[in-house]
Amino acid sequence: MKKKLPSSRLIGRGLVYLAAILIALWILIPIYFITVAAFSPKDVIYAWPKSLFPQTLSLETMRFFVNAQYVLPSLWNSVKVALLTLAVSLVIGAPAGYGLARHIFPGKDIYRIMILSTRAFPIVILSIPLGVTFREWGMYDSLVSVALLHTAMALPTTILVTSSVFIGVSRELEEAATVFGCNRLQAFTRVVLPLALPGLAASAIFTFVLSWNEVFAATILTLYNRTLPARMFIQLSASPLPFRFAGGFFILVPAIVFMFFIRRYLFSLWGITLK
Amino acid sequence: MKLKRFNWEPYLLLLPSTLYLVLFFAWPMFQAFELAFQKDDGQLTLSYLQRMFGDAMFSEAILNTVKLIIAIVPLQFILALVMSLLMMERLRGSNTLVYIYSIPLAISDLAAGIIWFSIFTERGYLNSLMHGLGFLDKPYLFLNYQTNGPFVAIVLAEVWRATSIVFVILVAGLQSIPRDYVEAAEVFGANWFQRVWKVILPLLRPSIQTALILRTILAVQVFAVVAAVAGRGMTVLAAEAYRWYSEYRNSHMAATYAMFILSISLATAFIYLRTLRVKEEMTL
Amino acid sequence: MAEIRVESVRKTFGKVRAVWDVDLTVHDQEFVVLLGPSGCGKTTLLRCIVGLEQVDSGRIFIGGQDVTDLTPRRRQIAMVFQNYAVFPHLTVFENVAFGLRMQRKPKDEIKKRVQSAAELLHIEELLDRYPAQLSGGQRQRVAVARAIAVEAMVLLMDEPLSNLDALLRLEMRAELKRLLREIRATTLYVTHDQVEALSLGDRIAVMRSGQILQYDTPLNVYDKPADLFIGGFIGNPPMNFLDGEVRTEDGQVIVRTGGGEIHPSPEAGAMLHQLKEPSVLVGIRAENIETLHAPADDTLQAEVLVVEPLGSHNLITMQLGPERIKVNTDADFTAQPGQTLWLRLNADKIRWIDKASGRAL
Repeated sequence: MKKKLPSSRLIGRGLVYLAAILIALWILIPIYFITVAAFSPKDVIYAWPKSLFPQTLSLETMRFFVNAQYVLPSLWNSVKVALLTLAVSLVIGAPAGYGLARHIFPGKDIYRIMILSTRAFPIVILSIPLGVTFREWGMYDSLVSVALLHTAMALPTTILVTSSVFIGVSRELEEAATVFGCNRLQAFTRVVLPLALPGLAASAIFTFVLSWNEVFAATILTLYNRTLPARMFIQLSASPLPFRFAGGFFILVPAIVFMFFIRRYLFSLWGITLK
Repeated sequence: MKLKRFNWEPYLLLLPSTLYLVLFFAWPMFQAFELAFQKDDGQLTLSYLQRMFGDAMFSEAILNTVKLIIAIVPLQFILALVMSLLMMERLRGSNTLVYIYSIPLAISDLAAGIIWFSIFTERGYLNSLMHGLGFLDKPYLFLNYQTNGPFVAIVLAEVWRATSIVFVILVAGLQSIPRDYVEAAEVFGANWFQRVWKVILPLLRPSIQTALILRTILAVQVFAVVAAVAGRGMTVLAAEAYRWYSEYRNSHMAATYAMFILSISLATAFIYLRTLRVKEEMTL
Repeated sequence: MAEIRVESVRKTFGKVRAVWDVDLTVHDQEFVVLLGPSGCGKTTLLRCIVGLEQVDSGRIFIGGQDVTDLTPRRRQIAMVFQNYAVFPHLTVFENVAFGLRMQRKPKDEIKKRVQSAAELLHIEELLDRYPAQLSGGQRQRVAVARAIAVEAMVLLMDEPLSNLDALLRLEMRAELKRLLREIRATTLYVTHDQVEALSLGDRIAVMRSGQILQYDTPLNVYDKPADLFIGGFIGNPPMNFLDGEVRTEDGQVIVRTGGGEIHPSPEAGAMLHQLKEPSVLVGIRAENIETLHAPADDTLQAEVLVVEPLGSHNLITMQLGPERIKVNTDADFTAQPGQTLWLRLNADKIRWIDKASGRAL
């Protein structure tokens, strides 16, 4: 039996929906604009007024961007750095997350505080002294140095997230595995890992996006081997509009696409890391 | 296999990360301190600090940075609060909505800057829209350095981009508030506004505090957005640090700026922790 | 011989003595229940026997072999966990086969043993499904099937029925008992539910605060509890305990209790006569009290407080002197609150308790 709502409640409900949709549009429309800009031919980009619903779409701008000097290598550099960051932070961070999840030991609280307190540190500011140090070590202008710094940035989050992922895998399951014939390593690989995989993958993607987007440290630590954001930043005022728009689009799209895949984990990722 | 008495396992698991963090956090921090307060010959000095304070660009940078923070953070919190309260209303399509609201998390500050530049630029979308609606005949120079135009554009860009960070934290906090409290308030006569003000917000304090600290610390480092929207016309603290490092090749001054940013971050964290005084676990 | 032998085992957690100086022997093919309230150490003891906890001191033997320093996988045991611990990412078949796969048994043998275990638990139809698609009761069967498929020497169960709803629990209890008898496994079963303990075990070990208070057959634990606590813990309603004073009059031992006097049985009388302290507790169960409408030999006067008709019988709470007592009567025995009745305690069924220590005499 459906109740008829009084009109005041209907209006209230309607306003709520309106507000929600307006905010959604506020977020989506600028993305729409940059996408249109990236797919508009050059003369449209320079033209004014622009029509909000594009008449012609073309790959001209994109092609111009991709073929510009240094762009493809910098794209590739970004991928390399992000993958390296992802790998190192997972290899170092996941075991720590597992240790936090499964063990109680003296020093656990101190460790947690250490992890949480890294948030108070403006991470980008680490890049200046590290830039000096890397130069002394002859590692200036290397992608590895960028990846190392990005890993430092991503590590606390990775540790906290993987910790909660492993907590989510009931300890009883691991115990059952050891009763029925597994040693610790087998119990981990056969039972814990398969169940933790979605969460770990989400954390990895999150790290990838973090590294992909990062500008300051990447710019400071590199000279010729730049990542895409660093390349864009350096040339910002000197580059023509089409270049900027296409570049913005390129930085944007992979991140959004990846986040789509892990959308289910977004809240657990952030909610947990910041408790 | 014999079982050992003392369990090495947790320590072994945590060792790599501890070493890494000490190497890449503690040590650079120490080094930055050294660079800021020690000359190349090893002499301790305050000269870099003095030079920074005396620099004309410093006052402009700190003014801009503080103005931005004051403009951006409260706006974001209100918007994020509205967004998260909307999430509680159990609308149809909430899942899609949540995804859309979280999209900006994935957006680089550089990309956000470029996007809003494309909107505000002379031949950009805002001008086109105004023209289309009949408000303008000629393009209006929003990004005129003489006006507050660039400032507004940057504020909008940052509010657009970074509100999701606050949003996600607040929603996670909201979800952990047991519905019983809100329902009890409703049974005992509280209207919507009273429920929010008297029940939800107080219980949301830990999340608000966390979000404030995080967002402010991130805001002190604002950098790429400013460059993308206003170019060289507007400087902020992080931009000055960058300039001293890359253009003037003076890592001492760059480190001094870095230490200054660090102190502001720590100071704001401390202030928030004190004034919001959340008693339970350390939510930092 | 699949015997479990626990010798002087101790396990502490910080300051808490979870298990303290426990000795226990479970004979081959015996079904022993560890019973006790939460926090008594029964689960800790079980986990020590499994190897999930390391004992602080003492030794554990399974099948004659000293397993104290061995990991669980080397102890040749199987376990059913309280929350079943059925692997969510594996099919039912793979779950049941898990232990066998780890032992690297040949494919045909695995298939055969999984099939027969599944049949015993009536889950043959579910072998291709994933745990998420099963009900709680079905998952519990998978957990049991997994445990019996490995045909271990010893089977350990940690409150396997406690997460089932009441009706299902009743069913599974009977099924479990029949099943375990059929496969003739040495079983150690942990529960806090005394009805489960009484119905399932060959012997019950009642635990409290880390120690075993009594280790005996269900009947003996029920009829002859070793102390006040056990009498009150086992049986529904708990055993009645009345204050009593031992007197000798005219060469006869009598006990003053409940505002009157009762005569103990001859053996009890001889024992009571030897006591240094005259204060005792008279332990008697609700069903061992006869209710009469008129006074007679050896009866005590009591007043009816509450009558609870339970279908098969009535449970009547009465005021006996300064104390309350619960009595079972036939279902058609009528009584009203405020009515006076006379009670005769079955002298052979009285359990005499030393008042100071709470121990049986």
